[in-house]
Amino acid sequence: MKAGLLGRKIGMTQIFQEDGTIVPVTVLECGPCTVLQVKTPEKDGYSALQLGFLDKRRKSASAAERGHAKAAEAEPKRFVREIRQESPAAIEGFETGKVLTVDLFADIKSVDVIGISKGRGFAGVIKRHGFKGLRASHGVKRMHRHPGSSGPSADPSRTFPGVRKPGHYGVARVTSKNLKVVKIDAESNLLLVRGAVAGPNGGFVTVRQSVKA
Amino acid sequence: MKNALLEKVEQENLRTAELQFEIGDTVDVHVRILEGDKERVQIFNGVVIGRSGSGTREMFVVRRIVQGEGVERKFPIHSPRIAKVVVKRSGQVRRAKLNYLRDRTGKAVRLRERFPSGKQKAELAAAKVERKAAKRAKKASEAE
Repeated sequence: MKAGLLGRKIGMTQIFQEDGTIVPVTVLECGPCTVLQVKTPEKDGYSALQLGFLDKRRKSASAAERGHAKAAEAEPKRFVREIRQESPAAIEGFETGKVLTVDLFADIKSVDVIGISKGRGFAGVIKRHGFKGLRASHGVKRMHRHPGSSGPSADPSRTFPGVRKPGHYGVARVTSKNLKVVKIDAESNLLLVRGAVAGPNGGFVTVRQSVKA
Repeated sequence: MKNALLEKVEQENLRTAELQFEIGDTVDVHVRILEGDKERVQIFNGVVIGRSGSGTREMFVVRRIVQGEGVERKFPIHSPRIAKVVVKRSGQVRRAKLNYLRDRTGKAVRLRERFPSGKQKAELAAAKVERKAAKRAKKASEAE
């Protein structure tokens, strides 16, 4: 089975390894997740496990959500995502209602973490695309953070499609790949991965075994 | 540092016995150094001129004068590489950061020595007696 869980980003800190090297880590609260549905090739055309993380009040869940959770004998969940499985064999032994915990990652060296990045609103090209901007002095007038030219002039008399411009930035699905698993704390459902993860503290994330190891 | 879970992760990485020293103390910092597969301890001697940060990121700065040139080293307090910190001499200071020492040279760098007051002396002595008793008790229990 391809291991995968849902969770929440707690925040970043740094920890010491035995030899004294400092490792920057993101602390993720991972699971427990309930299997809400097992998707099979016969019925759904592909294999996957649908997981739910954190209970939602029944009152604030839709009737459809309540019914779906009831089928798994669970409460409606706040965060529901699927973990795609390659073969039907991978989902054998998983039934709806089964609860998965961080222990799932016990033997796994690296993971991919999918989060929703922080929103930056309407951002300029420096923040959005990493442009350098114009000079601070030497005659530059109120154009310091501008993109400069957006292409040739008379020929072709238009801007080519795909030229990077200012616009909305953030609130996008971002996958951080191959993050090393530093530590697992089964007692409080914590997973420590090396490096940063997209999204605000408290934001929901999907953690799965690395696709490209 | 508000989140309880984040705090918990940090707690596990702090050293159990806090390092005992004050700002203005002249200390020996024992640093573990790995050379190949051999470990050896290097000592850095100097005056503690400040502390900064919190949790696992807490650091302290030690300053000394080497051949007329000021040298500062910043250590992470909770690093396992810091074997111990021995206080050689306590200095009487009135602030938390002794950055003014950077502008001084020669004899002006010296700090007035601070001696423990009568009350503190008694406390220190009591602590010493306690430590010895604990050690003896531990030995006794091991012998059994």
